[in-house]
Parts: sequence; C-alpha cells; structure tokens
Amino acid sequence: MAIVETRDVQKLFGDVRAVDGVNLATNEGEFLVLLGPSGCGKTTLLRMIAGLEQPSSGDIIIGGQVVTALPPRARKIAMVFQSYALYPHMTVGKNIAFPLKAQGTPREEQQKRVQRSASMLGIGHLLHRKPRELSGGERQRVALARALVREPAVFLLDEPLSNLDAKLRTSARDELQQFQRQVATTTIYVTHDQVEAMGLGHRIAVMDSGRVRQLGTPQEVYHDPADTFVATFLGSPPMNLIEKPEYSLGFRPENFLPREVYAKDGHLFALPCRVTRLEYLGSDRLVYGVTEGKLEGHRVISKLPSNISVFMQPGERHEFALPEKELKFFDPRTGLRAAPRAL
Amino acid sequence: MAAEGGAMKRGARRAGHAGLIGFFVIFSAFPFYWMLITTFKSTPDLLKRGNNPFLLNAPPTLEHLKVLFYDTLFGQWIWNTLLVGVVVVAITLLLAVPAGYALARVMGPAGEKLGIAIFLTYLVPPTLLFIPMSRIIGDLGLQDSLWSLVLVYPSFTIPFSTWLLMGFFKAIPKDLEEAAMIDGLSRFGAFVKVVIPISVAGILTTVIFTLTLVMQEFVYALTFITAARSFTVSVGVPTFLVHGDVYFWGSLMAGCFISSVPVALLYNFFVDRFVVGFTMGAVKG
Repeated sequence: MAIVETRDVQKLFGDVRAVDGVNLATNEGEFLVLLGPSGCGKTTLLRMIAGLEQPSSGDIIIGGQVVTALPPRARKIAMVFQSYALYPHMTVGKNIAFPLKAQGTPREEQQKRVQRSASMLGIGHLLHRKPRELSGGERQRVALARALVREPAVFLLDEPLSNLDAKLRTSARDELQQFQRQVATTTIYVTHDQVEAMGLGHRIAVMDSGRVRQLGTPQEVYHDPADTFVATFLGSPPMNLIEKPEYSLGFRPENFLPREVYAKDGHLFALPCRVTRLEYLGSDRLVYGVTEGKLEGHRVISKLPSNISVFMQPGERHEFALPEKELKFFDPRTGLRAAPRAL
Repeated sequence: MAAEGGAMKRGARRAGHAGLIGFFVIFSAFPFYWMLITTFKSTPDLLKRGNNPFLLNAPPTLEHLKVLFYDTLFGQWIWNTLLVGVVVVAITLLLAVPAGYALARVMGPAGEKLGIAIFLTYLVPPTLLFIPMSRIIGDLGLQDSLWSLVLVYPSFTIPFSTWLLMGFFKAIPKDLEEAAMIDGLSRFGAFVKVVIPISVAGILTTVIFTLTLVMQEFVYALTFITAARSFTVSVGVPTFLVHGDVYFWGSLMAGCFISSVPVALLYNFFVDRFVVGFTMGAVKG
C-alpha cells in the first residue's frame, strides 16, 4: 500500500496544456476516481503516474519516493487498460503469470499466486484459454488478476468498464468495489462516467481542461459543487443554472418539485414555470419548463420520481418550489461558489 | 413472385461469384499447368504445330528433367540460391525488424516520412546500380563469389522489409507494450517478449517476400558471377538452357516449375493463415 501524490504536475503537448498544475494526494488504501469529460487530461495524468508519460514539470511521488524519473517497471504499480491489453499469444494463465515471470519469481511461487488471484476473480477454469476465446467480462477479470498477482502498491485503472455492456457493467462495478475493499490497495480510477465515479470512489477528483476543479467525497462534489463546471457536469439531468448579471443560481432537478409536494411551512423558494415538454423515463418523469415571475425566461428541468403523480401537461403554468438550503450561488464571472444571498 | 425474384437474384449472384473465382483460379493456376505439362512433353510433341498445346499428344517423357539435372548444374544452383536466400533473410531480419519498430514507435511522426523515404530507395532499379556496385564488388575481391550477392541483396531487401514491418508494428496496439513495461519489462524487453511474438505473421511475410526477391533477382547475379558453379537458379537456367535461338523449353519449364512451387506453397500455407485475425482478442472486440 502506498500514498500517491502529484506535485504541480504539468504536461504540455506542443501548445496544449493537457495537464495544468495538478496537486493531488491519495489516502492510504483509498479508491480515488479521476472524473471528467474526454480531453480533460485525466488519462494523461494517470499515464504520468504510471510512468508511460513524462511530466513536462512537477513530480510524482509514490510511497514517499519521488518516482518521476523511474521507468514504469520500477514504480510498484499495476495498471488495467481500457482495452485490457491482454497478450494475445499467451494463455490466460501465462498472461497472469507474466509480471511474476518478468520479476524472476520462482516457478512454484508463480503457480501458487496465479491460482490465488485467478480464484479470487473466479476465472480459475479459464487458465488454459487464449484471450480471444473469452467474453468481455472475462477479459476484464483476467486483466484485474494480472494486475493483482504481483501485489502492487497502487492500482491504476483506465476506464476498465467502458467496453462492457450496460448490464454487465453494473455487476462488474459491484465486483470491482468489493475487490478493491478486499485488497485495500490504493487505487486510482479514470472514468468519464459519473455513475461509476459516484458508485466506486471514496473520493472523486473532477477534472476539466487539465485542472482539478474539485476533490471531495461523492456527497461533497454532488451537493457542494465548487464551481459551475462541477455543478453541471455531475447529475443527470445536470444542475439547473440560472445566470443573472449579479449571481448565478443553481439547483438540482430532483429538488425542484411541484409546490404541493412540499409541506406548507418549510423554508421554500417558489418559482412558477410554464411546462414545455414532458419525458417519461419509467422511474422518473422529467418536466422541461421555462421560469416565470421575477426570474423569468430561463430553461429549467424538474425530475419527478414516479411516486409523485401530480398531473401536468405541456403549455400549462405550474407552481414549482425547492427548499432554500438547496439553492447554490456562484460568481457569474469566475464560476466559483459564492455565499448565499437574499433573492 | 417476389420470392422467385429473390431466388433468381441469389442464383445470379452465386453464378457471378463462381465465375469470378473460376477466372482467378485459371489465371493463377494456368502458368503452373503450362510449366508442368511442358516438362513432360516430348520435343516433337512440343514443336508440332497441329498438336493441341494444352494437352499431352504423345506419351510423357522424363528426358527434360534428365537434361536439367544431369547436363546442367541445376542442383548446385538451387543450393546456391537457397544459401544466398537464407543468409540474406537473416541479415534482413536482423536489421529491418529493429528499424521497422523504431520507425513505427520511437520516431514519432517523422518515422512515417522516413519510412517512405527508405522505401523509395527500393525503387532505384538494379539496372542503374549494378555498375557502381560492380566496382565495389571488384574492389572487395568478391567477383564470382556468392558473398557478392549476400552483400548486395540486402540493399533492396532491407528497405522493402523495413517498410513492410513498420506497417505490421503500427498495427499492434500500443497498450500491449505499455502493459508489458508496467508488468516489469524494459522497452527492449517488451519488444522481444511481446511485440516480436505477436508479429510472427509480419515477420513470416517478410521472410517470404525477401526469399522471393532473392530468387527472382537477375541483374546483379548475372553481372557479378560468371562461374557456372556459383550461378543462382535465375541466371543458370536461362544461361544454360537457351543456346542462341534454341530454347530447351521442356527443361526450362521444369526448372521454373521446381523453383516456383515451394514459394507458391509457402505463400498459400503461411501468409493467409497468419495475417488474418492473429491479434484478435488482444484488445476489445
């Protein structure tokens, strides 16, 4: 186990700042997720931690040792690639044994450890197959077993679930989390999928344009976004944002409900809307509308769980409201979080 | 009606397919058939105008094979060709494999351009180069020696093979090398233990192409070597079996058939099998 730290890490590709001064530190045994849209620098950051990419400036520290100049093999890390990168000419058993063989582990010890990590991931029966004979889920487990077998100080995972179909992804997510909690090895996980990030991470680093916008627990980044980027990147649908010259006002669609749903005496902020469109999603209904009253003319979305059966139809005006404490204020120039103010 | 139309369309398509395949089969197999049948035709049968040239009109004969093997040094020439071929293949692989890899992976975008530039040198014709080359061979005292060919052939096999291998190495997912480097190998280790085993298809293709280039080379072999014992097949056969305007057609065809069949078999058995789908399953799919 080890703590991974990046100090002012920068990576330039020509004029492009792919990673722009990132300072991060994991906790011991933590599952840290790097989350952001494609091109935000999260994979580049991971590759620099792995040693596959050299930072333009700054340092990478693993387990208290500066490893910036060390090659990947000397960093005591294991990585699972998006493509899994299984060696196609080797059987599953040989794939898993590969890191041990490269280290010169004795043969019996290799056998023992391959068996152990294969059985931990439930692929003991596949050891004699070639990667091309495996399903996507099986390949992913082989890649994990290969990462696990050498007992690394850090796991680096680059979107390992993105090649699985939706159903398999849910179960794989569950297994992955159990697996990480079981081995308790510091893990850095890159994804653009916020559901994965929220579900898996102890903490999430939300990245954009090469910078970390916010580092916090899933609850913190969701309920207390540091800026408008984090606020609108997380959540499906994203946070409603009403931009005024003096302030920006944000609130989550699931808090923005018909007035009658809330108790009469709560501290509510009322906002009438004209409904423009309805979307029925099974477990939820999305109500698209345009605000009226003093904050007139902004597009907003309300997310109604299926147990709220208030009748609504396009074209009609409806009273909506949300608890005052759910209002988030942002500075309209910087986009950063601002102190609450009276409306 | 619609079903009938569909069936007719399918039938027509199948017939078209069969026709096309038939055409190519005849196109590729006919030279072999021609060589084979000519090898066993008696000379009168060959030369008589009224005979059907596509069939044996008289009983087959082994006369031409006898001439080829007993009256010429054909066996020695085959041996010479193989020897030169094997040594040139070895030299070519030794230099072209690392060069192709470096161009594909280490050089970045400049690699592609340099690769094309290297390939262009392959296009300079031997008919231009043999004059300066013969000076060099003379200075080195290698006239009439097979080593002259071993020295000169790599000048066109290496550029071609480097370019060919560059393409193969590019097709290998980078993730595989990076995974190997994280799993404990150096870049060179990853190249030897992961990239080369996966590139067997490409390397085999290079071997076959190089061997073919060596076997069919004529100009250098003719210029540098005058002693019959040191001839390669491509020079020996036409030199000894064409006397002025007298062609020993039977023996010529026998010589061609014997030296071309192994290459054709190599192509058939290996290239097809290895090239397709070898890296399948390495990355998503």
